[in-house]
Amino acid sequence: MQSTSHLFKDNVKRALKDEHLQRALVHVRTKFIVKRQQAMDALPEFEALRDAARDLKNHVLSRLDEYLVEFEGNVVKNGGHVHWCATPAEARKTILDICRSTGAKTVTKGKTMVGEEIGINDHLAANGIEPIETDLGEYIIQLRGEAPSHIIAPSVHVTKDQVEETFRKIHTDLDPARNLTEPASLLHEARVKLRGRFIAADVGITGANFLVADTGTTTIVTNEGNGDLTQTLPRIHIVLAGIEKIVPSIQDAGLLLRVLARSATGQEMSAYTTFSTGPRRPGDVDGPDEFHVVLVDNGRSKLLGTEFEEMLRCIRCGACLNHCPIYQNVGGHAYGWVYAGPIGAITTPALIGIEHAAPLPEASSLCGRCESVCPVRIPIPKMLRAWREEAFERRLHGNRARWALKIWAALATRPALYRIATGIGVRMLALLGGKRGRFASLPLSDAWTEHRDLPAPQGRTFMAMYRGKR
Amino acid sequence: MSAAPRKQVGLFVTCLVDLYRPVVGFAAIALIERSGNYTVQVPDAQTCCGQPGYNSGDKESALAIARQVVAAFEGFDYVVAPSGSCAGMIKTHYPDLLAGDPAFAARAKALADKTYELTQFLRDVAGWDGVTAAFAGNVTYHDSCSALRELNVRKQPRDLLAKVGGLSFNELPDGEPCCGFGGTFCVKFPDISNRMVEDKVANIEATGAGVVLAADMGCLLNIAGKLKRKGSKVEARHVAEVLAGMAQDPAIGEGQ
Repeated sequence: MQSTSHLFKDNVKRALKDEHLQRALVHVRTKFIVKRQQAMDALPEFEALRDAARDLKNHVLSRLDEYLVEFEGNVVKNGGHVHWCATPAEARKTILDICRSTGAKTVTKGKTMVGEEIGINDHLAANGIEPIETDLGEYIIQLRGEAPSHIIAPSVHVTKDQVEETFRKIHTDLDPARNLTEPASLLHEARVKLRGRFIAADVGITGANFLVADTGTTTIVTNEGNGDLTQTLPRIHIVLAGIEKIVPSIQDAGLLLRVLARSATGQEMSAYTTFSTGPRRPGDVDGPDEFHVVLVDNGRSKLLGTEFEEMLRCIRCGACLNHCPIYQNVGGHAYGWVYAGPIGAITTPALIGIEHAAPLPEASSLCGRCESVCPVRIPIPKMLRAWREEAFERRLHGNRARWALKIWAALATRPALYRIATGIGVRMLALLGGKRGRFASLPLSDAWTEHRDLPAPQGRTFMAMYRGKR
Repeated sequence: MSAAPRKQVGLFVTCLVDLYRPVVGFAAIALIERSGNYTVQVPDAQTCCGQPGYNSGDKESALAIARQVVAAFEGFDYVVAPSGSCAGMIKTHYPDLLAGDPAFAARAKALADKTYELTQFLRDVAGWDGVTAAFAGNVTYHDSCSALRELNVRKQPRDLLAKVGGLSFNELPDGEPCCGFGGTFCVKFPDISNRMVEDKVANIEATGAGVVLAADMGCLLNIAGKLKRKGSKVEARHVAEVLAGMAQDPAIGEGQ
């Protein structure tokens, strides 16, 4: 996927003016946050579960190589195949080769963010194989030619009216006079359209929420059941997953499932939780003939042992997006690449390079609400600061801010000089502010005064007054 | 029988109180000294806690300032700041920042352990419930992100305000989100920051309170600036002014 993360500021301007987007984003702040809170309130041990989930992921990351090899061994034992892909290009080639091996014409897909990371849809389409998204939200945005704007709610930026408009434009074989005002009628139409696709597909590609090492099982959660049809009906099932998705056992997957849905949608469990262990066995009534797991690294292993390792704990619940005031206002596309919101602001620089995503870690007030809701307690603000440090060291931002900081620091480390400079500055500001007590505009303060007044200081510094009184 | 020696408290004034609102510094001194057997001192060698550098990736500047603060304040029994943000910087970030400096790592940790936000100190250290101030009016309270999420301070200012005579308290709806200040964030991303402070101010006005209080000057400058730009009658003050009975000055951003 082509990134526009370096153009974040332009993207923000557009997003704030987009009326449809702004209307759609209201759902994020109301629905998701309230439902998560209700789920927390109903489970007193939730904080303890978060600790356990964090510890589990830390343990896995400390032995990632061992668990991955164990997983591979068990997949093979079950009759499946594991493909190790270091780069997006390798993953794309691997998947295309598998599709070609069965002469695939169409491929159904469950939701996969790694699929976005490696750009699998475009690659398949360019090679004459039609990819069909089957998650309702993904289906909608595929018809609209858009990328997902949220990890678990890919079309959260689209209003119902826009969905109707899109369906009427694309589903031209249906009665133009049909009634699509109710969400249920839109859902029904998508179902009717997708049903035939499920049956016709030669290959089904899903992501994985977890990869279970000791059984070679892959796990997905959905609320629509589309993942099950995607992986059960076609002849070949391809699971596409990042290497960090590994857990030691089914019990461990259970722990993460308990925090995942609650953090994501406020559900106790998603409607469907599906465990897949290998291809159809003799005597099984259904299931694919071939079972492939494509493990994607794409820069993840480079994070191990660094200050950024903890971001690999992410279980992609989206809670940090929902609670982020930046995301709530600009939506996901402004972030310019696959992952949006706070987790996107730390993951994108890791996967595509800080030089291509330098504005993202800057776009935060460091309010810490992301960390406070993260089910695996990723210290996101700490990592935002770490990226800022790297950007500063590599001089990725303009020299103006750099000089301002250096001058400020030179003053702040010379208290006597600082007193003289600030004493003069404060007096001037107070005089200028005069009786009104505030400024509607002030030279060099446009960024502040464009939207708010600047209160004037009281007149003398505390330090001057305090010394005067002693 | 001699009285126990008075504990020495170093006041970390904070740059914004120093520059913008000295009354808050004097209110903080009065409150700490009223709350128990404490003497407050204000070391000269203080300017800023280093957050502008720390949060902008300029670690070198942040380190220089952090070392200066540690050296200036490590001799006190307690260090108190009338700000969740600066107290949080010293308490939760200095140990990380200075962890790699053998000369300062242990000293930073020791300083962190005895540093408190003002209302946190008054309640959790001094155990004080002797507020005698009066303030006639309806107030609401804005929790700063750093006080709320770095320091877990939420109950303390409310407990203290409950003792203020004549004051009625209206809780702020949807109080958890940031007000949009965020230090340099508000000037780097003014349009997003504006959306955030618009929401905050709308919630403040919805309480019907005439005054919004907070413990952080950064949030207060942002919120007061937006209230005044909108022509709102709601006033903004630092909570210490009200608790100390020193709320006679014009409110933040108000004229004479």
